[in-house]
Amino acid sequence: MRQRIGLIVSHSSHHPTRGTSVDPGGTIGMHMNIGKLRTAAVAVTAAALTVSLAACGSAGPSNAGTSGESPTMWGLTGGNQPVLQKSIDSWNKDHPDQAIKLDFFANDAYKTKVRTAVGAGQGPTFIYGWGGGVLKSYVDAGQVADLSGFLSQNPDVKDRYLPSILKNGEINGKTYAVPNNNVQPVVLYYNKELFDKVGAQPPKTWDDLMALVPKFKAAGIAPFSLGGQSKWPDLMWLEYLVERIGGPEVFANIAANKPNAWSDPAVAQALTKIQELVDAGGFVNGFSSIAADSSADQALVYTGKAAMILQGGWIYQTIKKNAPDSITGGKISWTTFPTVSGGKGDPANVVGNPSNFWSLSSKASESQTKAAEEYIKKGMFSDENTQALIDSGAVPVVKGIDSKLAASPDKNFLTFLYGLAKNAPSFTLSWDQALSPAQGDAMLANLDQIFLKKITPQQFVDTMNATIGK
Amino acid sequence: MALTTSSLRRAARTTRTAKSGGAGPSGWLAAPALVFFLVFAVVPLIGVVVLSFTRWDGLGEIKLDGLSSWATVLTDPVTGNALIVTAKIMFFSFIVQAPISLLLGVFTAGGQKYRAALAVLYFVPLLLSSAAVAIAFKALLDPNFGMGPGLGIPALAQDWLGDSDLVLFVVVFVIAWQFVPFHTLIYQGGVRQIPASFYEAAQIDGAGRVKQFFHITLPQLKYTIITSSTLMVVGSLAYFDLIFVLTAGGPGYSTRLLPLHMYLTGFKANDMGAASALGVILVVIGLGLALLLQRLGGTNRNASQLEGA
Repeated sequence: MRQRIGLIVSHSSHHPTRGTSVDPGGTIGMHMNIGKLRTAAVAVTAAALTVSLAACGSAGPSNAGTSGESPTMWGLTGGNQPVLQKSIDSWNKDHPDQAIKLDFFANDAYKTKVRTAVGAGQGPTFIYGWGGGVLKSYVDAGQVADLSGFLSQNPDVKDRYLPSILKNGEINGKTYAVPNNNVQPVVLYYNKELFDKVGAQPPKTWDDLMALVPKFKAAGIAPFSLGGQSKWPDLMWLEYLVERIGGPEVFANIAANKPNAWSDPAVAQALTKIQELVDAGGFVNGFSSIAADSSADQALVYTGKAAMILQGGWIYQTIKKNAPDSITGGKISWTTFPTVSGGKGDPANVVGNPSNFWSLSSKASESQTKAAEEYIKKGMFSDENTQALIDSGAVPVVKGIDSKLAASPDKNFLTFLYGLAKNAPSFTLSWDQALSPAQGDAMLANLDQIFLKKITPQQFVDTMNATIGK
Repeated sequence: MALTTSSLRRAARTTRTAKSGGAGPSGWLAAPALVFFLVFAVVPLIGVVVLSFTRWDGLGEIKLDGLSSWATVLTDPVTGNALIVTAKIMFFSFIVQAPISLLLGVFTAGGQKYRAALAVLYFVPLLLSSAAVAIAFKALLDPNFGMGPGLGIPALAQDWLGDSDLVLFVVVFVIAWQFVPFHTLIYQGGVRQIPASFYEAAQIDGAGRVKQFFHITLPQLKYTIITSSTLMVVGSLAYFDLIFVLTAGGPGYSTRLLPLHMYLTGFKANDMGAASALGVILVVIGLGLALLLQRLGGTNRNASQLEGA
């Protein structure tokens, strides 16, 4: 559940790539026998492959290992894209000798691309990440630089962060990644107009939540929107329910690869509650066709088709961009995830992404590393950059911004989010990021099956126990 | 002009005959194709076979790991499911695409102007890349913002891509939408090769259109049918881009067919060993199917179908 946002597919900007596929029909006469046909097909395919490979080669970034080059940076499209672009533009203007080359990628494509590129020694100087198990795999492979020395030489950099968030960039007591944008806890957004219409209050407990379902259904409104096709929004439900029922230790044990850690009763109970909500018709019709990547899930809420959505703090930025009226008019409101009666978890605990992070490639040249460290020191979270983040509707992960947040037109949301992150005794990182990629992939696929009621909670627990240590 | 080319050709033929002793074109003509084939097919294939006996997450060191990747892949129920999904998609896309493209091909082979115009229209989906087709269909099939609610037709507002039972047929439909034009083109070419004298003779003998189709067109298209079927069936093993963008293999594992399972294992779960083992399975199945289809076409492929024409 990373920050996967805002890329509404617009057909004007995404001009379909035309006719790149091979057209053997045009080149192969029907009188040819199959043997010749196969040879011809192979030749044509091979030629096409060469062309496309050559294209990849020239379009790809230059090798990060070569010396004397400017640092490269890969960012993500979405809510923070203009903020980062602005920050780099102004950095490059002031430091032409240390200019950073910035490219943007869509979230899912980025995750695959960066890993492949880093593995092949073609990665960027600045590696965008989420911390957790994925960061650990980079550290284990020796691909990212240890920033502990840099931080102890530059206490200003270290001190500007909220300590609980900086901690997420640590692996084995050393810092390999520094936070680079905003806190992103998962919150429950709701459409106030729809609540007023049916005369309901936002849910405080799970029982309240279940009681709201028939109320909204009777009014012809879907209780919850869910981007089920993207799978990771499903995970937010499991993360919060396990947190509320069993507390943060349950997932801490799973992340620590303890044998049979998934067998904690809190997991099965949470999965059962999810299936009860599915059975009650809590999620919008066709939720498993809805992609969060196109922001269709949030659109259902602000267009009044669904009453609530459990999503990351980052969707506020996208809603602000796509439907500013629904924010200024007070249509969209938010609250914390409800408590579960008898649950062990502290209701103040949150799940989500503490922040995104920059790691520096250990394969970068000396000049690239030096320029990159300079940017982290002076360019990132400059007053201008911090203000731009706040203006976009995000809470930067730095200290001493209370007055700035209070002065923002989005102060209601921003102070809520900041308080949530600051006061949380535990902030659990999104599980698909915290776990190893193999476990994360299996978890999302199996959770999808839970929402579709194709498997039982027990089957989920058994399958996931088998992935421990992978 | 015509004289020059034909005399040139004759000259070329003479030299070639002189050099290769009358054994037909020189084997060197195959060299470029062979080099490409070696570099882009055989070498990677060997690499994949080797990788399937290792453990590699794409970042760290490649470690030899014996048969453990194979054990993982062969005992994983998801692999079995992927094979079933692949077989289903293969079967359904064949029985949907083959008759449609055969009939359209025969239809567009006719000389009438309106048929030529229609042929151009039918050809359009082939010009679009799979990713563009998938993104367009994903938007059209959205249950809340797609064509159903957009046109106000509730019947079109199904949970097309989210219903585990429905999604397979939606995928087959989109594949057919994209690839029928290609196979139509193959059949159109095939039909145009059939000498008109066959039909004239049949007409004199009193055969109607339907009889002509079954007794002349269809038998004459035998090799075209084999070509098109091979491309269809083996092509099903390569449907990746379209399905990846359209459903990403979901919901659940409903459309996670073998090539997609291989990709997700390799690049999402970062288990290159298991992904390579899946790749080897894919290659074996593909080669087996291609061989089988050629066997079905009979062994004597050099026999002429144009005797008496």
